[in-house]
Amino acid sequence: MVEKIIIENLCIDYGGVHALKNVSLSVKEHEILGIIGPANSGKTSFLRALNRLNDLDLSSHLSGSIYLNGKEINREMDAEEVRKKVTMVFALPIPLPMSIFDNVAYGPRRHGTKDRKRLAEIVEKSLKAGFLWDEVKDRLSSSAMKLSGGQQQRLCIARTLAVEPEVILYDEPCSGLDPISTAKVEDAMRELKSRYTQILVTNNVKQAARVGDRVAFFLMGELVEIDEANRIFTAPKDKRTNDYLTGRFG
Amino acid sequence: MKIRAKSHLKISTQTQQKIAFTFLGIASILVIVPVIVIFVILIQKGLPAINWQFLTAMPRMGMRAGGIFPAIMGTLYLVSGTIVVALPLGVLAAIYLVEYARQNFLTRMIEVAIVNLAGVPSVVYGLFGMGLFVIYLKLGVSIIAGALTLAIMILPVIITSSKEALQSVPRSFREASLALGVSKWQTICCVVLPNALPGILTGTILGISRAAGETAPILFTVAAFYLPRLPKSIFDQCMALPYHLYVLSTQVPNVNPKIQYGTALVLVGIVFLLNLVAIIVRSHIRSKKQW
Repeated sequence: MVEKIIIENLCIDYGGVHALKNVSLSVKEHEILGIIGPANSGKTSFLRALNRLNDLDLSSHLSGSIYLNGKEINREMDAEEVRKKVTMVFALPIPLPMSIFDNVAYGPRRHGTKDRKRLAEIVEKSLKAGFLWDEVKDRLSSSAMKLSGGQQQRLCIARTLAVEPEVILYDEPCSGLDPISTAKVEDAMRELKSRYTQILVTNNVKQAARVGDRVAFFLMGELVEIDEANRIFTAPKDKRTNDYLTGRFG
Repeated sequence: MKIRAKSHLKISTQTQQKIAFTFLGIASILVIVPVIVIFVILIQKGLPAINWQFLTAMPRMGMRAGGIFPAIMGTLYLVSGTIVVALPLGVLAAIYLVEYARQNFLTRMIEVAIVNLAGVPSVVYGLFGMGLFVIYLKLGVSIIAGALTLAIMILPVIITSSKEALQSVPRSFREASLALGVSKWQTICCVVLPNALPGILTGTILGISRAAGETAPILFTVAAFYLPRLPKSIFDQCMALPYHLYVLSTQVPNVNPKIQYGTALVLVGIVFLLNLVAIIVRSHIRSKKQW
């Protein structure tokens, strides 16, 4: 498979406090890479570096290289260009305070799609891909804030799909959801595999096992191990991975 | 030892509470007493003066008779001019301070300056406006000079309330928008500003109602003592309610007190109306607020 993202010697610190130390790994096209690790292991910093959301934190400092399709994202691309191709679904669902339709149409509209019919098509397609269409098709003009938590999170996925990204990052997308909503979000992720590269940060080791093709284990800002999901869960090479997976800490 | 020394002063906590509540209650009542007294006196003495002619006629006989139409219109002109200048300037400054400015020495100085501007006495603004706009920029004693002076006076109010409104928009909204590859400026226009608008409007209206009632800033910059016609352009002088009231009360002998109170009532009425609009806007938005 083609390597979609290549990360070389990535280091991040926030005002001198190291969050990530010398991480090198690559993400293959159309795979789901699960990232696990205890709190403060640098998972979220890693994810936010991939679409340059770390730029917003003025105290953050980054070194190393991140290549998307062979282009270095910090030196050879605009932040907007990166974020359009590498979108992000956050831990808590963040619907914008507008209607369901407007939420999904928000990205395409800002990127210049004005035609109503075209927008309607994009919204329908995205909501279907996000497994939400059947639940909301009759009330697209009602407020997105009235949806349940799980629906809101799938709306956020649909919203990111509407800008036609290449990579989707998930930052613990199910941390606030019940098991049934979680299952629906996971279904959506599996369904999206054929078209998108996905990176899933999760606190839930079992979730990484359920949906991840490969899994990376982060600890204290270092990448301890990255391997095929079935191998890392059955025969981890590093003792620390084994300890974490068996619940000795974390 | 200390505990024992205090013990003979002991009042039961219940009594303490009662005393505290009594004082708190008295303090709250004292706050509203002046408001009520002012309104009662104004309505009692001013209402008989108010009729259609009083509101729409020119003053006659050296302002001892007739209406206060030019003063009402003058105040409305000034208020509109002030909004036109202060609202964009204040909102843009607030956007810059909240969204773009880095926390450094300069930003902190600007913020300190804004806080201090809010405390400058209005007569100083009046003299400043005369010096800068009337004399130095040669605008003359005119509506534009007065509106600019009032605008500078209420800028701190507008900037401060706009900043608070912008800051109250959750950071997550901004990130959600940015994460879709939407630019920062588009994010501000499409997500941040619409959600901050009610707060910005409330602050603006409160600033405007202050501008409508001030005498000192317009004293040297715009207000005409007696001008029984409407201004023709923004470079004309005009009458204004606060100054007209001051003139009626101190400069013109033998004025029927009915007219004085009537004028005061109209002025207070306009300010009160503006505040009411602010309150309605705020409560309307709060009921619609979804986060």
